[in-house]
Amino acid sequence: MNVPEDLLYTETHEWIKREGENIRVGITDHAQSELTDVVYVELPKKDRQVNAKEAIAVVESVKAASDIYAPVKGTVVDGNKALEADPGLINREPYGQGWIFVLKIDNPDDLKQLKGAATYRRQVGG
Amino acid sequence: MTEAAQKKTPLYDEHLKRGAKMVAFAGWLMPVQYTSIVEEHQAVRNNIGVFDISHMGQLIVSGSGAHAWLNTMLTNNIDKLALAQGQYTFLLHERGGIIDDLIAYRIEEEKFLLVVNASRTEQDLAWLETHRRGDIEIDNRSANYGGIAIQGPRVSDLFVNLPARNHIVDIEVEGSPVSMARTGYTGEDGVEVFFPAKLATKFWNTVLEKGKQFEIRPCGLGARDTLRLEMCYPLNGSDLSPERNPIEAGLSLFVDLSKANFVGREALLKTKENGPREKLVPFRMKEKGPPPRPHYLVFEKDERIGEVTSGTLSPSLNWGIGMAYVSAPHAKIGTKIDIQIRGRKFPATIEKKPLYKKPS
Repeated sequence: MNVPEDLLYTETHEWIKREGENIRVGITDHAQSELTDVVYVELPKKDRQVNAKEAIAVVESVKAASDIYAPVKGTVVDGNKALEADPGLINREPYGQGWIFVLKIDNPDDLKQLKGAATYRRQVGG
Repeated sequence: MTEAAQKKTPLYDEHLKRGAKMVAFAGWLMPVQYTSIVEEHQAVRNNIGVFDISHMGQLIVSGSGAHAWLNTMLTNNIDKLALAQGQYTFLLHERGGIIDDLIAYRIEEEKFLLVVNASRTEQDLAWLETHRRGDIEIDNRSANYGGIAIQGPRVSDLFVNLPARNHIVDIEVEGSPVSMARTGYTGEDGVEVFFPAKLATKFWNTVLEKGKQFEIRPCGLGARDTLRLEMCYPLNGSDLSPERNPIEAGLSLFVDLSKANFVGREALLKTKENGPREKLVPFRMKEKGPPPRPHYLVFEKDERIGEVTSGTLSPSLNWGIGMAYVSAPHAKIGTKIDIQIRGRKFPATIEKKPLYKKPS
């Protein structure tokens, strides 16, 4: 299972990439492979203020709908519109074109709560 | 139920070898998919897919009065069955509710194979036992038998001599004696094959090997569910339950009310006379959007009229489809309804069965 070294992770299988004041968020390779066949993505509204661990997006596979959580407190600045036309990007490029949303974070110290690659890899048994 | 308490079919190790994702279903560990639900679904629609159905219950009912007695236990008319023929039918309780839906095959004049849902096998058996007469024997062979369903348009290339539609025959495939029935749960041509559990691995691998040239694929419960829902075949536990009867479920075709007597008949006559309060209807979403799911609420204008029992994104149509029980006055083809998904309403239309028709 692909778990890139340079990203942060959550218990709930989101990955987080730091981009200055913002973070880009998607779901991990492990998560997409568990969900399989993503057929619909509901993106969070721009400017929405969100709390850590708040369900703000939904990824739906053929079988089920799964909530996607905000990793830390912040404000939504972008959602990946490309997923509306091609939700399968999440399966094909979970760490690339399959990103889900970008948050402007309230406090960079919050990122210290997140897991590193080695810890997440242990969690998913890879 | 913990994973350790789940039963394994004789093909369990084969599923793991082929990389299946296993899930608990009706007390069994079953493959939900091998690679992708959508790919497995398409394999069945275009070529061939093969499913492990060893979890399903297999009951043998025999004895001098077997057909007469079964006719009092099941809704469809056993007298219509020629030797080797099967029919879809229901086992009801006294109030007309569905204990199980099943296929009854007449394998001898007075000997029947009942193929029942995994989750209901024990209840079916208990119910049949309480009504059993002295001249009837019931043998639950489920633990010693396996089964696989081989489904798709190219099944007729894989086996040259197929039984007639809904018929079952005993044949030998590459040295394995099996019973092959021309039945299925996908809407495609195909067979369901039953055999002693010890032959399961050999037969499964033989079929996959022989089917290679026809692009056969092993398929999981995920594709089984999307395939059956496109055809509007009901799923017990979702669309059918002891609180629902066959008339409400739109399946009167498999109930012969002209039979003098069967368990649940009085209740069904009443439902027929008064009309069912709710009906199971297929629907299709009007726009691209989130797929419908079980338990989502159904509205017409602002009135709540029912609840979704099955829903998915149809891989064949690439569109949201489902079935819902709605109050009878609203249950008309063409009615515009709304499905409430995470607090928002999405438009849909009540459709005719089936939701998917093969392009001709």
